[in-house]
Amino acid sequence: MHPAFSVIFLTTLIGAAQGLFLALVTAQVYAVDGILPAQEPGFYVQGSFIALVLLALGLVAAAFHLGKLEYFITRAWRGMSQWRTSWLSRELIALPIFMGLVFLYFAAHYAGLHEPLFTIGGKLAVDATLLIGIVGAVMAFVLYISTAMIYASVRFMQEWHSPLTVFNYILFGLASGFVLAAAFAATVGSDLVGFFTGWALIFTIASAVTRGASLYRNARIEHKSNLQTAIGVRHPRIRQKSMGFMGGSFNTREFFHHASDSAYDMMRYAFIALVFVVPVILLLLDAPLLAFIAQYIGLLAERWYFFAEAKHPQNLYYQSIA
Amino acid sequence: MTQLALVIDLNVCVGCHACVTSCKEWNTSGWAGPMADEEPYGKDPSGTFFNRVQMYEVGEFPATETVHFPKSCLHCEEPPCVPVCPTGASYKREDNGVVLVDYDKCIGCKYCSWSCPYGVRELDEYQKVMKKCTLCIDRISDETKPEAERKPACVLSCPTSARLFGDVHDPDSEVSVAIRENAGYQLMPEWGTKPANHYLPRRKTRIQIFEDELIRADNPLKKEEAVGEIIGDTIDDVAM
Repeated sequence: MHPAFSVIFLTTLIGAAQGLFLALVTAQVYAVDGILPAQEPGFYVQGSFIALVLLALGLVAAAFHLGKLEYFITRAWRGMSQWRTSWLSRELIALPIFMGLVFLYFAAHYAGLHEPLFTIGGKLAVDATLLIGIVGAVMAFVLYISTAMIYASVRFMQEWHSPLTVFNYILFGLASGFVLAAAFAATVGSDLVGFFTGWALIFTIASAVTRGASLYRNARIEHKSNLQTAIGVRHPRIRQKSMGFMGGSFNTREFFHHASDSAYDMMRYAFIALVFVVPVILLLLDAPLLAFIAQYIGLLAERWYFFAEAKHPQNLYYQSIA
Repeated sequence: MTQLALVIDLNVCVGCHACVTSCKEWNTSGWAGPMADEEPYGKDPSGTFFNRVQMYEVGEFPATETVHFPKSCLHCEEPPCVPVCPTGASYKREDNGVVLVDYDKCIGCKYCSWSCPYGVRELDEYQKVMKKCTLCIDRISDETKPEAERKPACVLSCPTSARLFGDVHDPDSEVSVAIRENAGYQLMPEWGTKPANHYLPRRKTRIQIFEDELIRADNPLKKEEAVGEIIGDTIDDVAM
């Protein structure tokens, strides 16, 4: 598949934003119970603002995936209509709802709605910000699953059609989000750096396991279709002599990554180093901001590779120019 | 229920591309807007086509055969491209089973093309919407045309009649009989998409001839053999 920069930026940006939001809500939930020290309201305001900025940037990237930018205004709303059957439609619904909840979370903290609405067991005081945060956390997972299922549900892309794709999207998002949360906590001088760093390490290592498993699976994948079934001729030796045109077409542009073998391999080595190895070292060296920058660049490479490694069966029909 | 479809006879197709050009001519001139061409006279011409004719070489030289392979939307009975569309622009018509795109609803996200294993959907680079074979829906449903002309442009233009058009759900239709009696098959059956279009395989035309049918026992010309060898100059040899 051709890796589209719009989708690479969209999925990495919102993944990190969801992870950051989940990190903030986790810290707040733990603070209610006194497991973690309570933070200044400004901590959540600034943190959720960063998440909102990332989500907005993701939305801008998504707009560039439309055929024309004007479709964002004139037609994109129709994309919410087919949620019964289309995971893409479900994502288009989940994203604005999640953005709205992050905004409400940000606004509630900013407005200081910390008056407890009710208490659980006479001990745990639940205020409006916590309620919004928990609903937002659920929505963050709905969005992770919707985004991942867009790819995992396409059965023709056998490299994607696996539960590992869903695990990868969730864990990459959580890892980058928690690394970002650690960087943010370090920058504002919060005492949550250790908590976020610990979970960032766990999610990064967990994502290395699931992505490693999908790399292993994809290297050994047996494709269902071949030239014999594609044209329905039972002969072991079939060669395409002409694909019907001599210039390119949508089929040759959209479904091939057009990178050299060495560039393709380099991208894999780059993301393995930048997503897993380098951030873990930098986190252990107490440099979470550098860790986030390295991991985010690595995730861009990972997403590029994710698209490039998927082999579409239609490519069987486009093997030879003439 | 009706399911309109094409049946393409690979034994008859000569790869002339008449179906490709007539398809482009009819559909680029219609109500749905042009099928954009980029650099049509440049080094790398590119454009939107609903129909392509490809060529495959089967076998090892010198025992090779060329298979001309016309390729367009197969109008699947279980179209995987339709449910994935987020806007509902991609749909399958209830009345005749033709899979269509509503160009006014399509946002050009290309997701349907990812969900088509056959690669028959093409994004129009000018309109930025997904396009595909319509089976000339504006032509086959145009009741002002005589019955004989209510067929897709590719079918009418095929000089060898390699393309048949009809309802594959009607067991007595020309296409159903052709599929049944000439071993019609579907492309990539492994995906369960149930393509409505079928292909008829290449087949060798063999006739059985016995030796005594080739040499006529009472051939009068055989009598000349009795004359024996001609000796001396013939009239041509002595001609001035």
